[in-house]
Amino acid sequence: MSRASLFVPLGIFISILALGYVGFSLDARNQLPSALLNKPFPEFSATSLLQPDVKITKAELLGRPVLVNVWATWCPTCKSEHEQLMRIAAETDVLMVGVDYKDIPERAVQWLEQYGNPYDYVLDDRDGSLGIELGVYGAPETFLLNAAGEVVYKRVGDINVRIWENELLPRFQALDIKLHEQSGVDR
Amino acid sequence: MANVYRKSYPISAAAFLTCWFSLLMLGGVITHAESQIDIYPFADEVEERRYKGLIEEFRCPKCLNTNLAGSDAPIAKDLRRTVYRLQVDEGYSDQQIRDYLRERYGDFVLYDPPFSAQTWYIWLTPIGLGILALAILGRLLGRARKQAPVQLSDADRGRLATLLEEK
Repeated sequence: MSRASLFVPLGIFISILALGYVGFSLDARNQLPSALLNKPFPEFSATSLLQPDVKITKAELLGRPVLVNVWATWCPTCKSEHEQLMRIAAETDVLMVGVDYKDIPERAVQWLEQYGNPYDYVLDDRDGSLGIELGVYGAPETFLLNAAGEVVYKRVGDINVRIWENELLPRFQALDIKLHEQSGVDR
Repeated sequence: MANVYRKSYPISAAAFLTCWFSLLMLGGVITHAESQIDIYPFADEVEERRYKGLIEEFRCPKCLNTNLAGSDAPIAKDLRRTVYRLQVDEGYSDQQIRDYLRERYGDFVLYDPPFSAQTWYIWLTPIGLGILALAILGRLLGRARKQAPVQLSDADRGRLATLLEEK
């Protein structure tokens, strides 16, 4: 037995350590990849939260890029990302759609009055059925759709400045979404 | 005195603890069974058993290592309701229900991942390791077979005999 082969067990041990290190440092451990990625956004028909007699369907979302944000008043993380959503709404031309997920409509209306409404459409999904169509398992979750209505990006968790700069902004640019430069400088 | 003391306890401390532990475990099982409290009407027992089998089969997307039947998460409750609706109201087959959930929540909800571009390695790694183990075993056996028996000189035999006698 050669001397070098004595180090084989040590090598195996180190590779197990490395595997564990990599495995446990993947921060996406509890984030599932969306089954919808690169697929068309599902057909739906939902009631508008602010105009309960109006139905909104997928047809309203076609023709330009859309940011679909799943939120609720019971979700503290949604509160923390709200300011960033307001900035995105003010600084870009993207169509913003909010899905009010498993929520009490009155509370949601009050929330939007109190903190501001970044959304062009707010869908009332009080029983969570639209959420199931979207593969939502918590809030907040955010989808970016291209003009053809295909999901090009999904984020599970809050939209913060880091996510905006590193993940959303490059995709907004790729989709030719207009940015208003004036306010874009001083976020 | 010590004897009397001992007699007042017909079972040993270990057995006593085991009993308590078993009771605790049983309690855990009962709570577990009661954790899902939604009550759905079924036409017959076969349908009900089918439903129970299905919710046992899918993984709760929120809670990583619990199935839909065993989870208290709101999303698990919603998905149980969805499975019931698809099975009873829409008349879906088991496979259609599997496909429905997989289209929305991905392979993750199936405990049994299909063979695909993303999952090939979890299927092939055990086979690869098995082949590797057989190759190593084969080499070791081959080496053992090739080893020639050691020839002892007369002097060595003499030494061996004296050493054995000393014992």
